[in-house]
Amino acid sequence: MRYVKPDSFENAAQLLFDSTGITRILAGGTDVLVQMKAEMVEPDLLIDLKHLSGMREITHENGGFRIGAAVSGAELGEHAGVNALWPGVVEGMELIGSTQVQGRATMVGNLCNGSPAADSVPAMVTAGAIARIHGPDGARDIPVYEVPTGPGKTSLARGEFITSIYLPARPENASDAYLRFIPRTEMDIAVSSAAVSLELDSKGICTEAKVAIGAVAPTVRLVDDASAALIGTSLDDDAITKLVAAVEAACSPIDDKRGTIAFRTKTAGVLAKRAAKIAYARAGGTS
Amino acid sequence: MALDTPKRDFKIVGTRVPRPDGIDKVTGKAAYGADITATGMLHGRILRSPHAHARIISIDTSAAEAAEGVKAIVTSADFATPDDAGIRDIRDNCLALDKVLYDGHAIAAVAATSKSAAKAAIRLIRVEYEILPHVTDVDAAMKPDAPIVQSGRAFESVPAGMSQNVHSHVEFGHGDLDAGFANADKIIERTFKTAATHQGYIEPQACMANLGADGRGELWCCTQGQYMVRENCAAILGIEASQLRVTSSEIGGGFGGKTTTFIEPVALALSRKSGKPVKIVMTREEVFRATGPTVSTSMDVKIGMKNDGRITAARAELRYQGGAFPNHTVEFGAQAAFAAYDLAAVQTLGWGVMTNRPKEVAYRAPGAPTAIYAVESVVDELCQQLNLDPLDVRLLNAARKGTLSAYGPTFNEIGLVATLEAAKNHPHYTAPLGENQGRGLSCGFWFNFGGNTCVSLNLNSDGTVGVVEGNPDIGGSRASISMMAAEELGIPYDKVRTVIADTTSLGFNDVTDGSRVTFAVGLATIEAARAAKNEMCARVAKLWGIDTDAVQWEDGSVKPAGPNAGEHAPMSIADIAAIADETGGPIAGHHEVNADGAGVSFGVHLVDTEVDPETGATTVLRYTVFQDAGKAVHPDYVEGQMQGGAVQGIGWALNEEYIYGDDGLLQNASLLDYRVPVASDLPNIETVILEIPNPGHPYGVRGVGETPIVPPLAAISNAVSRAAGIRLTELPMSPPRILHAITQRRDG
Ligand SMILES: Cc1cc2nc3c(=O)[nH]c(=O)nc-3n(C[C@H](O)[C@H](O)[C@H](O)COP(=O)(O)OP(=O)(O)OC[C@H]3O[C@@H](n4cnc5c(N)ncnc54)[C@H](O)[C@@H]3O)c2cc1C
Repeated sequence: MRYVKPDSFENAAQLLFDSTGITRILAGGTDVLVQMKAEMVEPDLLIDLKHLSGMREITHENGGFRIGAAVSGAELGEHAGVNALWPGVVEGMELIGSTQVQGRATMVGNLCNGSPAADSVPAMVTAGAIARIHGPDGARDIPVYEVPTGPGKTSLARGEFITSIYLPARPENASDAYLRFIPRTEMDIAVSSAAVSLELDSKGICTEAKVAIGAVAPTVRLVDDASAALIGTSLDDDAITKLVAAVEAACSPIDDKRGTIAFRTKTAGVLAKRAAKIAYARAGGTS
Repeated sequence: MALDTPKRDFKIVGTRVPRPDGIDKVTGKAAYGADITATGMLHGRILRSPHAHARIISIDTSAAEAAEGVKAIVTSADFATPDDAGIRDIRDNCLALDKVLYDGHAIAAVAATSKSAAKAAIRLIRVEYEILPHVTDVDAAMKPDAPIVQSGRAFESVPAGMSQNVHSHVEFGHGDLDAGFANADKIIERTFKTAATHQGYIEPQACMANLGADGRGELWCCTQGQYMVRENCAAILGIEASQLRVTSSEIGGGFGGKTTTFIEPVALALSRKSGKPVKIVMTREEVFRATGPTVSTSMDVKIGMKNDGRITAARAELRYQGGAFPNHTVEFGAQAAFAAYDLAAVQTLGWGVMTNRPKEVAYRAPGAPTAIYAVESVVDELCQQLNLDPLDVRLLNAARKGTLSAYGPTFNEIGLVATLEAAKNHPHYTAPLGENQGRGLSCGFWFNFGGNTCVSLNLNSDGTVGVVEGNPDIGGSRASISMMAAEELGIPYDKVRTVIADTTSLGFNDVTDGSRVTFAVGLATIEAARAAKNEMCARVAKLWGIDTDAVQWEDGSVKPAGPNAGEHAPMSIADIAAIADETGGPIAGHHEVNADGAGVSFGVHLVDTEVDPETGATTVLRYTVFQDAGKAVHPDYVEGQMQGGAVQGIGWALNEEYIYGDDGLLQNASLLDYRVPVASDLPNIETVILEIPNPGHPYGVRGVGETPIVPPLAAISNAVSRAAGIRLTELPMSPPRILHAITQRRDG
């Protein structure tokens, strides 16, 4: 195995492009190093990008925040601005692992590891987060939603990597929330999860809604029918019933040691309902 | 040995002195199994079966032998044939003979100059298998046409015509069952299932072996019993016990799981073949796949009760699978099942069954938690249906002094009634409960053990004392042993240092198991101290020129026994030690015993849970443990045992399980998917220690280490069943299982 710390994005892209074997990028290493130790993967090339410019910074940009790809969960969690703007994104990231893991783990690592159960991803998706990708042809921006393509797979092309995540600005009376189900209280993998982001008008009527579910399909899923169930309502019982039905209909989970199809489907609906109520209260709605 | 006196004021026993191993452990200085290295040491690695059940047709090691850095490869052909059938099973579990019997069963091992060379060589070993049908479920394994794990292993007690996987049958009880059930106002009969759980010790097995061509060996390993390791390894390697010195390392948890050998004979064989020291450290995955979990079970319990709560008859039938080899765990379960009750008619039947799973190893009170889970669940359901207070019903039927126990003996002084009364009087029992919350309780029981024990107590020339004992300290025993020595000698605790000897330094000691060490080693320590005191009295009498009867021991000094003995200033231990060379040489006391009188132990657990009706998730809100400790030598450690047992029981009840796929392979061989509780899953576990002195120990000590894991399964199941409004009969009560039960209840 070769371990390299390239001195520029360009060199990093070149190294990645030229490598013929198994490559991994070292962010926090809380997936990569664990997988190497468990002998699940033995990379030929391990590239460390943490030291490159902007990788560890959070910057204010057009009312939103640009978050470097190597910013840890702990750093994100302590950032007052991001907390105020996108509390659901922060709570998704902060659910990952333990205090020790938080000191290393990154959102981008979580996203690119490609787990359908990745905890930071659903709320990034409902936030409309944009990933900035660097590659042999320079930089491009794509929605985070388009990054994962299946378990362990991303849409990144050969030689490409992510340099930052952009969380956009948003209006007043808006907020988000993320919830997951695990059999324990921490140190576990989501059996199902849901993120909800809402915008309200001055009367508490929902004008915009996004609902994403995790661990119930090969990738995170945005549920348009669930958004439609909420828009134009103040999250009355009828709207919630429709939301739950839409979420359950959008689930296509697997049966495995972590949960049955029926259980994952049922809990995804419950979590979406509860996350919607939290987001609604955070956005200033009273029902 | 009898209790000295029912009431006694202790000076040191009962206090909370600092633990002697604490600083080493928190600074990382403590040397565990993997911490020892030797010059020229090789790294061992084990090839394991990828199949649940297969015949080994051939093993080709030629490519691996030729690989760089490889110094030795061993298979079962490198082992001898022990006389003892139990040790032959251990041997065949260490390296498979002609069949692999479970996923993860060891087949061959490599010693190489680096870990990576050993790993690479393992991949070069070619094994040709004939895959055989497998069975991992206990009920399926008992069916007459089930795949046969091992044939010809059944004991005579097993009736003809059963599957050959059924290897043992036991029966206990007394009284007229039919009459008892006929006399009942209400009878409940239920079937229960429990999953296999792992001891979950944090330190994987590790050892370093050095066995020369002359047959003389040294072994350093993490174990609950260095003498057991010596006996097993000597028999498996075909060498004499005297030629193998085994030293136990500091131990990162055992809970019964380190009362056998897995890697030590393999490391010794590799060392003998290569002529070099060989170290083997198991990975967590290997620990899960190939070291002992506990049994999984299927059980029927039937109990009849009068409307006032009197039990009229009770019957249990237990089916335990303990992996691919015979084991006796079901016998303990069958004996323990109804131990808490004074019954006129009771019967327990037990069946021991083999399956294609790893060989079962003891886990705290082996066999008891599951049997008592089934019994206490049915008792709770009867209380619910007859609208009776569950503590009152236990008190009404409680075993006490003079009760003919369900497993035969008549009980002496036991603490069950006092423990139940303590629970009844505790504020926890009457605290209000909210919506979706339920309270459960259960009694628990364990036999406790004494066993073979040797202690030497050496007086140092400065008046301090060294105690040498032969039992690895897995629960704080070094502190308790030092405390008992200090108490007996009348010197401060910090003047005593207790060490754990290697196998050449003392006679045979039984394994650290059966909650025996504080009881048995404590007893031997007190006797050794008394022997040293007698010697000190004799020395002083000689010095003063008077009879030994004319001196007496008081407050850590030898004094004249009365005015007739003459005027002599008392001599302290330090005074006596300083001039020992003038009075006859070094002073020591020792004691060797096969201790009995351990005294059975009872506990009661009380727990409140809340169940989320939409997700099936359980929160443990409040937990209180009541247990009779006889005499709590070091209360912190006693509380630690009580809390630890409760926590392991919470894991067992709610989430821990061995999950096998249809392919017979273990699906969750990691701490991610084998879910032990994490700190945030737990409330503070409150403890109430009762002290009903054990008549069989000079200070009244009873073992406390195992009983605490017995009640949690039923206590939590009873609490969850009450919270969820539906009786649960299968462990673990994972959220999907609870949600499924709630959904079924709602759908009628
Ligand atoms: C004890 C423990 C608990 C955990 N708990 C959780 C949990 O609760 N929820 C959860 O979702 N996860 C959990 N995880 C998994 C892991 O911590 C997270 O997925 C984490 O966010 C990964 O981030 P990282 O920076 O450590 O990634 P790394 O391990 O450094 O990398 C992960 C993957 O991302 C790729 N990658 C990294 N950076 C880039 C980049 N800039 N561009 C493209 N690809 C990149 C790597 O090649 C690799 O494939 C846990 C892990 C551990 C060890």
